[in-house]
Amino acid sequence: MAYNANEMMTIAAARALRNSDVCFVGIGMPSAACNLARLTHAPDITLIYESGTIATKPDVLPLSIGDGELCDTALTTVPVVEMFRYWLQGGRFTVGFLGGAQIDRFANLNTTVVGPYDKPKTRLPGGGGAPEISSACGEIFIIMRQSPRSFVEKLDFVTSFGHGEGGDHRARLGLTTKGRPSSSPISRSSSPIP
Amino acid sequence: MSRFLSLAEAVESTIRDGDTVAMEGFTHLIPFAAGHEVIRQRRRHLTLIRMTPDLIYDQLIGMGCADKLIFSWVGNPGVGSLHRFRDAYENGWPGPIAIEEHSHAAMANAYEAGAAGLPLRGVPRLSRRRPAEGEPQHQAHHLSVHRRAARRRAGDPARRRRRSTRSRPTAPAMCCIEGIVGVQKEAVLAAKRSLVTVEEIVDDFGQRSLNAVILPSWTVGAIACVPGGAHPSYAHGYYKRDNAFYKAWDAIARDRDGFLAWMKANVLEQGPDAFAVHSRTSTQTARATDAAE
Repeated sequence: MAYNANEMMTIAAARALRNSDVCFVGIGMPSAACNLARLTHAPDITLIYESGTIATKPDVLPLSIGDGELCDTALTTVPVVEMFRYWLQGGRFTVGFLGGAQIDRFANLNTTVVGPYDKPKTRLPGGGGAPEISSACGEIFIIMRQSPRSFVEKLDFVTSFGHGEGGDHRARLGLTTKGRPSSSPISRSSSPIP
Repeated sequence: MSRFLSLAEAVESTIRDGDTVAMEGFTHLIPFAAGHEVIRQRRRHLTLIRMTPDLIYDQLIGMGCADKLIFSWVGNPGVGSLHRFRDAYENGWPGPIAIEEHSHAAMANAYEAGAAGLPLRGVPRLSRRRPAEGEPQHQAHHLSVHRRAARRRAGDPARRRRRSTRSRPTAPAMCCIEGIVGVQKEAVLAAKRSLVTVEEIVDDFGQRSLNAVILPSWTVGAIACVPGGAHPSYAHGYYKRDNAFYKAWDAIARDRDGFLAWMKANVLEQGPDAFAVHSRTSTQTARATDAAE
């Protein structure tokens, strides 16, 4: 059977999710992974998109985080301020998904610029929800295509904090969440897709 | 007290050169028709605020309306870059644009702080190069205008907006939003002046969903009825997001000439009525025609 690396990463991420997880879902591969988990081994998983749609069960994968399909199939839809303040910053997510243009060995992520900030070679979309996802979700799954260009010694810009300079850097900043687990997320899986 | 105006009158009386403007709508109910009117009226030197600048600000920036952009995620959702923004920021075309960026949480909290008239609180700052404490509050307090589409229709149990009858032209008007409610309420309450575009005007909202947002008449400035005016964004219960157009925009906006040709044909030489083809009524008629054929 033919498959590509992105599809395999999506499958791996789906298998690492648990039925009891509450996920902050990003668009693209994370959305596909979360819904694959929901439709297979984790039917009770709670999926929440940053548009405020809580416990949504889309029948088709959305293109944007605010597609009407997400609201139509949600348990409830809350204002965006509430989504970030009560639900994300309030620490109610067990898993958040992130990706980026660059990652370093401590899982810090750059989605802001390639090159200098004030005169970038490439201007990327920026932080969006990621800075608070990386600090407030119980743990972080990272899905991104790897290459020597993306896995760098030093990020051009730290958009989302992983483990900073390593060691207990998260704890020193008062972060009680795990960030990216030290072991592969795949090892977390206890429910292979049947 | 809100006033019903044509879109042209509403933009003319609400938005001035040099204003700080937020055209909000979190993917849903983005006021494209109002953005196009701002372009036609050739507003200049605007500071634009949106969590996700989206195609609407790509168009305004590409047409030279903005000096500065305040945002938290500047891309075409699920598609890629906003090419007109990048051309302005990286190459200074059609003019340079300054940026100020925050996270979504900071922007959302800033709108809320602006609505409350209070300092911003409660956003732990972890990323480097974040602005100094208090900046988002400043930005929210300087929102001068906001518009978004609202929707309602007679006979539909969900989501309406109500206004005066013809016989009572000065009776209170209010706006109703349902579906993904975004940060529109906070943005309107934070703004000094506001303009709301709506899908339709009804006498009674009727039954509403539990999370409906209602803006009483005394919280809104101008109201303009522009059916289909959120396209290619969408109006929940009226028409769907035009995901195909979001994908097509990538090619339209990629080069300057193609962008200018599209804007000339679809914005400068058009008016708000051009959006009617996207409205629910039009969509239903098209479906009926298709079925008949």
